[in-house]
Amino acid sequence: MADRFIEDVKPKFNIAELKAGGFIKQRQKDLFTIRLRCPGGRIDANVLAAIGEIANKYGRGMIHTSVRQSIEIPYVNIDDFDAVVAELDKVGMKVASCGPRVRVPIACGGCEYNPNGLTDTVYFADEVDKRYFGRPCHHKFKMSFSGCPIDCVRARQADLGFQGMMEPVWDPEPCIACTLCAQACREGAIVAGEDRRPIYDPTKCINCGDCVRVCPSEAWTAKRVGHTVRVGGKHGRHPLESIEVAEFVGDEQVFDVIEKTLEWYNANGRKGERIGATLRRVGVDNYKQFMRDIFDGSTGDGGQA
Amino acid sequence: MEAPETAGRLDLRGTPCPMNFVKTKLALEEMGPGEVLEVILDEGEPMRNVPRAVKEEGHRVVRVEPLDGGAAFSLFIRRGE
Repeated sequence: MADRFIEDVKPKFNIAELKAGGFIKQRQKDLFTIRLRCPGGRIDANVLAAIGEIANKYGRGMIHTSVRQSIEIPYVNIDDFDAVVAELDKVGMKVASCGPRVRVPIACGGCEYNPNGLTDTVYFADEVDKRYFGRPCHHKFKMSFSGCPIDCVRARQADLGFQGMMEPVWDPEPCIACTLCAQACREGAIVAGEDRRPIYDPTKCINCGDCVRVCPSEAWTAKRVGHTVRVGGKHGRHPLESIEVAEFVGDEQVFDVIEKTLEWYNANGRKGERIGATLRRVGVDNYKQFMRDIFDGSTGDGGQA
Repeated sequence: MEAPETAGRLDLRGTPCPMNFVKTKLALEEMGPGEVLEVILDEGEPMRNVPRAVKEEGHRVVRVEPLDGGAAFSLFIRRGE
């Protein structure tokens, strides 16, 4: 025993699996919570059933849903890591991450089936996860995709948040003077005039698209659809509201925004510093200057209004 | 524009969302394509939700008239195909 070095101790699981995280130590000895990778919180129902079976077999027959839309299997013994990872792999489910890297993006239902959704948030959560998941940064980096200004998935409190927006435009010709747009608008941006036709104040408009959705005669239509981009928000002990840096960014520019923002963060940030702190220390103007080629070229022709 | 000839009338004042929409939808489905249903809704949330939901279901609001000084509205909905 005396000549046995500690390095010789071989765990019963593949220790490389632990490096990217997703295995969260519980207060109980030898027990961990395994966090799964569910971009946008969307999970195939058959995969979900298989996760249930795994939770029965290796956990305590329950799952936990994380605040960021992931499924977690609590009470997994450290000795079962390999077996759990192998069984998850069989149904195409991967373990998520912890630590200083790009995390799994979250998203609302988006324009696919949510009546308010303007952008295809589900597509972006999935695609961004494929392209950026696990990329190392100075600290955790969380992205969020909301389909409209209601912002259910809190893009305002993400390190990098995208939120759908639609600029409406009114054509007097097909208008039937029904006043529905004025009643649908919660912002006071549209009021009905004496002739019952809309009077539009763009300074009050938050680009939600309610007027376009309600209009029975296609007098209101979408002039452009895109993403509001916000950077530097976070939850935690010291929450930060993000800073709005661009409007009407088109679908095809979303990946450029992410790529370039990560590049700026990795160049300007410090170890253990969230991008919100970097922005406030280095200056938002520095970031905007770095991003100007993308932000200035924004056309806002994305979305599926 | 004159009020269109209606095939039915539904007073949904006091009926909350989404029951007001469900009743409107069921009434429209009892009617023939192109026929007009008159629905009376309270102002506010019902007027924000029902006209939009009716449009999503493929029907068309053709006329809106305020009642009781804007406390309620009469909605004329033409049934879709």
